[in-house]
Amino acid sequence: MARVVVMGGGVSGHTAATFMKKWLGKEHDVVVVTPNSQWNWIPSNIWVGVGQMQKKDVVFPLAPIYKKAGIDYRQAKAVSIHPEGKETDPTPYITIEYTSEDKKGQTEEISYDYLVNATGPKLNFDATPGLGDGNGQIGNHTVSVCTADHAVHANLELKKIFEKAKKGERQKILVGTGHGMCTCQGAAFEYIFNIEHEANKAGVRDMLDIKWISNESFLGDFGMGGMHMKVGGYVVSSKLFAESLHAERNVPWIIGAHVNKVEEGKVHYELLDGTTGTEEFDFAMLIPPFGGVGLKAYDKNGEDITEKIFAPNGFMKVDADYTAKPYEEWKASDWPRTYQNPDYKNMFAAGIAFAPPHLISKPATSPNGTPINPTPPRTGMPAGIIGKAVAHSICSMIKDGENAHIHEASMAEMGAACVASAGKGLFDGQAAAMTVYPVVPDYDKYPATGRDPEYTYGEIGLAGHWIKHILHHMFIYKAKLKPGWTLIPE
Amino acid sequence: MNDPLLNFRKNPQFTNTMIPDRFVRFMRKCVIWQFIRFTVINIKMLIVVSKSH
Ligand SMILES: Cc1cc2nc3c(=O)[nH]c(=O)nc-3n(C[C@H](O)[C@H](O)[C@H](O)COP(=O)(O)OP(=O)(O)OC[C@H]3O[C@@H](n4cnc5c(N)ncnc54)[C@H](O)[C@@H]3O)c2cc1C
Repeated sequence: MARVVVMGGGVSGHTAATFMKKWLGKEHDVVVVTPNSQWNWIPSNIWVGVGQMQKKDVVFPLAPIYKKAGIDYRQAKAVSIHPEGKETDPTPYITIEYTSEDKKGQTEEISYDYLVNATGPKLNFDATPGLGDGNGQIGNHTVSVCTADHAVHANLELKKIFEKAKKGERQKILVGTGHGMCTCQGAAFEYIFNIEHEANKAGVRDMLDIKWISNESFLGDFGMGGMHMKVGGYVVSSKLFAESLHAERNVPWIIGAHVNKVEEGKVHYELLDGTTGTEEFDFAMLIPPFGGVGLKAYDKNGEDITEKIFAPNGFMKVDADYTAKPYEEWKASDWPRTYQNPDYKNMFAAGIAFAPPHLISKPATSPNGTPINPTPPRTGMPAGIIGKAVAHSICSMIKDGENAHIHEASMAEMGAACVASAGKGLFDGQAAAMTVYPVVPDYDKYPATGRDPEYTYGEIGLAGHWIKHILHHMFIYKAKLKPGWTLIPE
Repeated sequence: MNDPLLNFRKNPQFTNTMIPDRFVRFMRKCVIWQFIRFTVINIKMLIVVSKSH
C-alpha cells in the first residue's frame, strides 16, 4: 500500500487528490492536508465582493466530500517537509499543525511515499507597508477579494461608499495591484468593472471616480505579456481592447506602478519612469503580491534544506530551467513539464505552488532599480490540468514502478480559457471571454506573436457572462464529486 | 455622431483608443446574437481545452 499526501486542497490539490483516489481505489491512501474547512470557488469571490452572491454560494464543506471519496482529510497546515525522513528511519514525512477547532495547534508527523505540494499562494500583504497589518493579514486601509471572507468584507465597505454617493458625496474608488511584483491583475480587472456595473444599477455612477492602478507596463498585459488576437481582419494587441473597455466605462488608469506605501485614504507609488506620486481614495481593493506559503525543508540530519527545495520566492523548484538569463534568451522549453522536484522524484508541486523559471511579461525596472512587472499568473485551468497530470504520474509510479509514465503538462504547450466578468446580470451582464494558446508564448513556433492566432481569441458580451455563470455551477458541481464529475474538464 | 457614451473627451487617456458604437453595444446585449456567440465561444474554448489535456 502506498500513501500519497497532498498539501493544499484548492483548485490544483483538490483535482489531484480526487483523481488519485478514484484511480488508486481502496488499495492506497490519499491524504489531504489543508487548513480550511471549506472549499472556495475563488473566481466567484468577485461577485461576493459586489453583493451579487453570498459566501454560501461560493464555498462548501470539505469533510463530507472527502469522507464520501475515501480521502483521509486533515484540517491542518503543512509546516515542514522531510524528504529523507530521519537518521533512524528513511521514510519521508511532513509535519502538520491542526487548524480545526477540536485539535487547534496540535502537531503531527505524516509519512508519505509521494507528496504533492499544492499550497497555492501566500497573500503577502505585508510586502507593502500599510497594505498588511504587520502580522501577515490584510490591513485596515484597503479591502481584498482573494478569499470569500475578504470579499464579504469588501462588499460591506462598498455598500457604505454607495450610500455616501447616494447622499451626494463624491467618492473615489481605486482598484488594482498593491505592489510592483503582483500577479492576478485579472481578478482586479473583474472587480473594478463589476463595481462600475453595480454603480450604474444603483444609480450612483455619476458620483464615483473609479480608477485603475497596476504594475502592468500596458493595459491588457495580465502578466502574460498581453496577447494578440485576430479581430476584423487585423491581428491586434489586448492593449487596444483593454484601453477600449476602460474608455467605454470611463475608468482612467495609472500603470507601471509599484505601490510602496498605503495610508488611510492614500497610496504612494513609484512609476516605471522613476517618478513618484500619490492617489487618494475612499475605497480601495488592491491585490497583494503572492509568495510561497513558507514551508521549510530538512534533510535526514535535521539540516535546513529549504533553499535547495524552494526558490527564493518560496515556491517549490520543479523540472524547470532556472538558469538566470536575459529576456531575449527565454525559451518556452524553460518551463516545467512534469512538475517533479529534481532532487526528490517522489515530490511534485502543482498549481501556483511551483516556482516559474522566470516572468512571462517583459521584465521592467524603474531608474531607481525597483522591479515593476507582473509575475506569471497560474490561473484555474492550468492549475487544474497540472494537478491532474501530477495525479496521473503518481498513479503510474505506484502501479508501474520503474516503467512509470511521467505525464507532461507544460504551460508553454497548453492553452487557457479564461472568462473575466465585467458585470453580473442575466440580460445585462458582460464578460470578456478569452482563450490563449499557449499560455507561455513560444516564439520559435509562433515567431510573430508567440501564440497561435487561431486559438488566441477574445470577445466581450453577454455570452461571456452566461459562460462565467455556468462555469461557476459546473466547477462547484465537479468539486463536490457529483455524478459524472470526471467528465467536466479542468 | 451624437452618442453620449463615446467618452473620447472625458480623459486624455481615452482620446486615442477605440470605443464601441451603439450598434456594437446593442449586439453585445442582443440575446439572439449572444446566443450564437455563446455557441461559437464554447466551441472555441472546447478546442483549446481539448488541445491542452
Ligand atoms: C479573486 C480571484 C479571482 C480569480 N478569478 C479567476 C478566474 O476567473 N479564472 C481563473 O482561471 N482563475 C482565477 N483566479 C485564479 C485561481 O483562483 C487560481 O489560479 C487557483 O486557485 C490556483 O489553484 P491552486 O490550487 O494553485 O491554489 P489555491 O486554489 O489557492 O489552493 C491552495 C490551497 O492550499 C492551502 N494551503 C495554504 N497553505 C497551506 C499549508 N501550509 N499547508 C496545506 N495547505 C495550505 C490553501 O488554504 C488553499 O486551500 C482568481 C484568483 C483570485 C484571487
